[in-house]
Amino acid sequence: MALLEIRDVVKRFGDFTAVNHVSLSVEAGEFFTLLGPSGCGKTTLLRMLAGFEQPDSGELLLDGKSLNGVPPEKRPVHTVFQSYALFPHMTVQQNVAFPLKMAGVAPDQIKARVAEVLEDVRLQQFATRMPSELSGGQRQRVAIARALVNRPRVLLLDEPLSALDAKLREQMQLELINLQKEVGITFIYVTHDQGEALALSHRIAVMSQGQVEQLDAPENIYSYPKSRFVADFIGQCNLLDATIRSVSAERMQIEIEGVGTLDTLPVAGATVGQKGTLALRPEKIKLGASVATGNADEVHFKGKVHDCLYLGDVTVYIVELENGMLIETMLPNAAPGRARFFDDNDQVELAWRFDAGHFVLA
Amino acid sequence: MSISTSKRVSKWLISGPPLLYLLIFFAIPTGMMALAAFRFPGDYGGLMPLFGTDAATGKTTLLINAQNWHDYITLDNFARFFQEPVFIELFIKSFCYAGLTTLLCLVLSYPLAWLIARSPKKWRDLLVLLVILPFWSNFLIRVYAWMIILGPQGYFAKVVNGFLGMFGVEPLQFLFTPFAVVLVLVYVHLPFMVLPLYANLEKHDMALLDAAQDLGASRWQRFWKVTWPLSLPGVYAGAALVFIPALGIFAVPDLVGGTDGIMIGNLIKQQFLDSRDWPFGSVLSIMLTLSVLIMAGLMSLLGRGGKRNAL
Ligand SMILES: Nc1ncnc2c1ncn2[C@@H]1O[C@H](COP(=O)(O)OP(=O)(O)OP(=O)(O)O)[C@@H](O)[C@H]1O
Ligand SMILES: [Mg+2]
Repeated sequence: MALLEIRDVVKRFGDFTAVNHVSLSVEAGEFFTLLGPSGCGKTTLLRMLAGFEQPDSGELLLDGKSLNGVPPEKRPVHTVFQSYALFPHMTVQQNVAFPLKMAGVAPDQIKARVAEVLEDVRLQQFATRMPSELSGGQRQRVAIARALVNRPRVLLLDEPLSALDAKLREQMQLELINLQKEVGITFIYVTHDQGEALALSHRIAVMSQGQVEQLDAPENIYSYPKSRFVADFIGQCNLLDATIRSVSAERMQIEIEGVGTLDTLPVAGATVGQKGTLALRPEKIKLGASVATGNADEVHFKGKVHDCLYLGDVTVYIVELENGMLIETMLPNAAPGRARFFDDNDQVELAWRFDAGHFVLA
Repeated sequence: MSISTSKRVSKWLISGPPLLYLLIFFAIPTGMMALAAFRFPGDYGGLMPLFGTDAATGKTTLLINAQNWHDYITLDNFARFFQEPVFIELFIKSFCYAGLTTLLCLVLSYPLAWLIARSPKKWRDLLVLLVILPFWSNFLIRVYAWMIILGPQGYFAKVVNGFLGMFGVEPLQFLFTPFAVVLVLVYVHLPFMVLPLYANLEKHDMALLDAAQDLGASRWQRFWKVTWPLSLPGVYAGAALVFIPALGIFAVPDLVGGTDGIMIGNLIKQQFLDSRDWPFGSVLSIMLTLSVLIMAGLMSLLGRGGKRNAL
């Protein structure tokens, strides 16, 4: 039995539907992420799990028991708020001790458990500081420690890293992964940062307009997006609109208007004449002055560099095909001393294996 | 002119006028009063003169000198304050009235301020306006209104006494009692408690209450562990704004207090205007100021107690 089950939950604000028939289940010990653009209903779903909002219909079950009507203070579910919501009038250790006090834990046990969890988040030496005397990352860790200290069944995290700078965020991501492994508590993590979701999660639910678009492991979400929305939202992607011309067991031929026909992997339910989109990741495209190998498995195009974007580790090249279509690709700047391989208007060739892209039915 | 000098000049330009104002209208009068406390009253009120004009020559001379200074300077006024118990008793009584007023104001204002702070934004300004609306009519008129309400023919007395009469209780007098003093003091000072409390409560981060609830705090615990401690600055500000004026007030006890209800303010006023004993009036004023200062000092010492290592 799943630890947490969301069954056909709907939440409306007036006539606006914020969460629209969402069903999913989360296993014990899982790092589960709700990913989606701003306003897609992630926070609303999380607030229903915490108990601050009641679903208009549907049911939430924890350990098979309905959570409907159970107030937030009675749920074994704790939240790490986006703003941290640390009590400004309490020291770090008083903040962390708060849930234990509310639960009526004996004072000597409180002391031991606060010390233990502060060690988990490496904040022992800050125990007697006030929240205002901490850095953003340290506050973040206090908020996590406070939410973890009396071992909830589920920890909800609402964009906990969004207020941190890029460097610190990366470090905190690693810490979160380790912490989750260590404590073994189920994390439900909300973010609109796809990179963060891919890096942290066991499974991701991609949400759009109150609905779950795709629920899968990060590598499947990235490689096999189920819809144009998911392909577009997760990472950089070339989206080429096309029509299916023929389907066989291991190949499918599609026609991209103005470019021509090319092979790709077949998808379930594809029929000749259907329209869709070929989702092609930039890093799966080979780029060079001459990349033709004559391999029948490879698709091959000529074009010229339209634009390039130097990102340090890689350079992104926007290549204009002969018919004017723009394709994004990239090359690692691995060669020593090398900043970029091509300049604007250089003649280049593109190639990708027929199974490099993923066709998404419209 | 260097930057630091011009900074210093502008600092003085900004803080100079208010400092001058405070010096002229606060520091100097207070100093004069402090000196007056050590002198003798004049024959017809005021202070015994330190200068005399010779009728024949018309020359003005300083009367006090090394030999006769104890005819002009004395500690008797202070001694009198401590020797006659009525004064200390009146002090204690006044502190009790003002303290009770402050407490009642707090109890009445807190829920009101909380409700205003939690009401929809577009209503808040209007509600605050309603709180300060009484200021638009004259203070004395409002106190006179209470005299009518509390008087034997007023509705308050009629309703309460009618109710008590059903249980065979003798009619009570309300006007000219300590009860009336505290009641009117509370009424007069209520806005001074509501406003700082509202200003404080309005700024509270609602996420903190959500967090407390999420972490297992009941409604009651959320109030006492989060809202109340965070509102203490507002409580202190409101308490000071109510307690200090209530302690020194004389108009309210004068009008509704009768003989039982008088406070220090009445006594001080009496010394200056009726008994014309300025030195003793000054002593009373100084003792009042000192006792308020000592109390404020004690409060801030209590509030500062290091609780960092406590869990
Ligand atoms: N209390 C409310 N009343 C009315 N509408 C609301 C309320 N709370 C949320 N909404 C609406 O519901 C939608 C989903 O909101 P939600 O906060 O869940 O988005 P989100 O996915 O968390 O977005 P973000 O990434 O910006 O935090 C939004 O369009 C929002 O305007
Ligand atoms: Mg949100």
